[in-house]
Amino acid sequence: MIKIVPSEFDPFAEVQAYQKKQQALSGKYGATNIFVGTMRDFNEGELVKGMTLEHYPGMTEKQLDAVVQEAERQWALLDALVIHRVGDVFPDDVLVLVVVWSVHRGDAFDASRFIMEALKSKVPFWKKEILADDQSRWVAKNTEGYL
Amino acid sequence: MTVSIKVRYFASLKELLGRAEDTLEFDQGLSVADVWAKATQLRAMPENTLAALNMEYVALDCVVADDDEVAFFPPVTGGQYD
Repeated sequence: MIKIVPSEFDPFAEVQAYQKKQQALSGKYGATNIFVGTMRDFNEGELVKGMTLEHYPGMTEKQLDAVVQEAERQWALLDALVIHRVGDVFPDDVLVLVVVWSVHRGDAFDASRFIMEALKSKVPFWKKEILADDQSRWVAKNTEGYL
Repeated sequence: MTVSIKVRYFASLKELLGRAEDTLEFDQGLSVADVWAKATQLRAMPENTLAALNMEYVALDCVVADDDEVAFFPPVTGGQYD
């Protein structure tokens, strides 16, 4: 399942609630990989006090869905949940949750990594940072995920 | 035949152009690049601009049809979570 949310969410409560609802997982899953992405208060050497996450309603969901479907083609997954925040966010806010359920751990680890990396290069989200002096700037590039 | 399309702009491109969308009418056969030229009065397209047609990524030479939605935006950057 994919969700784009405009307000704060508790990633761990979301995992618990979703897993409880998915009866088909019961007795079948041996691995659950949970990735939580949180906003930092620094980027490229400067303090960042807030950020606006813009997206393209419709296309964002469509591309995110395609990323998850690609992961399901490449790995043996039982289920996946991706929640992404949009709007005004602040340091320590949760920005993204990626959860993957599989029979064995390898599929869950690898598919989760794939979803995150693909999300950052293909799914239309843009971030505008507000710096300590209230100047703002569009972020032009991602941090390399495999450093 | 005249076609009518919606053009949308996001993030830094929206700020650059000072608007979020346009509705354009023109004779059929125009490409996505032609749509940019028409919508922006021939403004140079910023480097690395991405284009989408009906919410799928496309090349700039892709031809648009009636009722299509074309979008232009800078490279996507996800959230700040690494």
